[in-house]
Amino acid sequence: MKDLSLHILDIVQNSVVANAKVIQITLDINTTNDYIELAVSDNGKGMDKDFLQRVVDPFTTTRTTRKVGLGIPLLKQNAELTGGTFSIDSEPGVGTALKARFVRSHIDCLPLGDIGGTIALLMCSYPEIEFTVKTVVNSHEFLVSTSELREALEGLPLNDPSVYPVVKEYINSNLDELQITNLG
Amino acid sequence: MTKVKSLADLKKMKETLQAKIDLREKGEAAENLVQIKVAMATCGIASGAKNVMDFLLEELEKRGINAVVTQTGCMGYCYAEPTIEVKLPNADPVVFGYVDTKKADEIIERYIKNGELVDGIIPVNYESIDNK
Repeated sequence: MKDLSLHILDIVQNSVVANAKVIQITLDINTTNDYIELAVSDNGKGMDKDFLQRVVDPFTTTRTTRKVGLGIPLLKQNAELTGGTFSIDSEPGVGTALKARFVRSHIDCLPLGDIGGTIALLMCSYPEIEFTVKTVVNSHEFLVSTSELREALEGLPLNDPSVYPVVKEYINSNLDELQITNLG
Repeated sequence: MTKVKSLADLKKMKETLQAKIDLREKGEAAENLVQIKVAMATCGIASGAKNVMDFLLEELEKRGINAVVTQTGCMGYCYAEPTIEVKLPNADPVVFGYVDTKKADEIIERYIKNGELVDGIIPVNYESIDNK
């Protein structure tokens, strides 16, 4: 993956496939303590202990179209490459939570990428899932949720092609406020 | 366009959006729309499917083509990512491989607008008699 936003897009697909109805994403960027932390949690079907242990193995996947599953292993690798950490926790029937922590100043730390576009794309592609996305930059935060978008747009379909660019602009202008773009 | 910055701004945009949606919905029923699926599993995303999806969403809107663009999982053509599946009304779906924004442009202009086949189609398996 070329940037962190692509990892977000990728890892959230796991929650979608696990039939999650509620997905929470937190992106915490801290320049003083030099880290970027991505946390995703969902209320999907979860994994049992056995599968959870194998899930970071690239040859573990629930797919039938191919034999490898690289989403989680790649995220883990990229986090650990910077001296960061990765953890994942899950309970069948309850949901899954994962956390990847990157050391920001490390030369291998990924650029953030198009965070706003990714959040908008996810929210507009899966309008039936309740997303709550929190972006924190040095304790200034911006929170966006599916329910508040739905309320503001008063029942307009979120997955309509003309809605996506507007939602994207809304999220991006708020992220600009956090000066996220200057962080690279 | 004024900047959309708060939820109130978003609310103000509602009417403009509603008008656009009405126009589209009056036009056609779902099965008469062009349906595009972008493969967006790890393999697709890593090869740049998101750029392609953004491009398609933006350009189809700009060029006034009624289309639904959705994400899908891996179709098993990881070697040819990013792949997209295009279903024109009353036609069988066609899967294109190695789609970058340039290819996507060609697909819109030639395949979607004129129905000409362009390079890069991934052939689907033949249906055997047993399956019929």
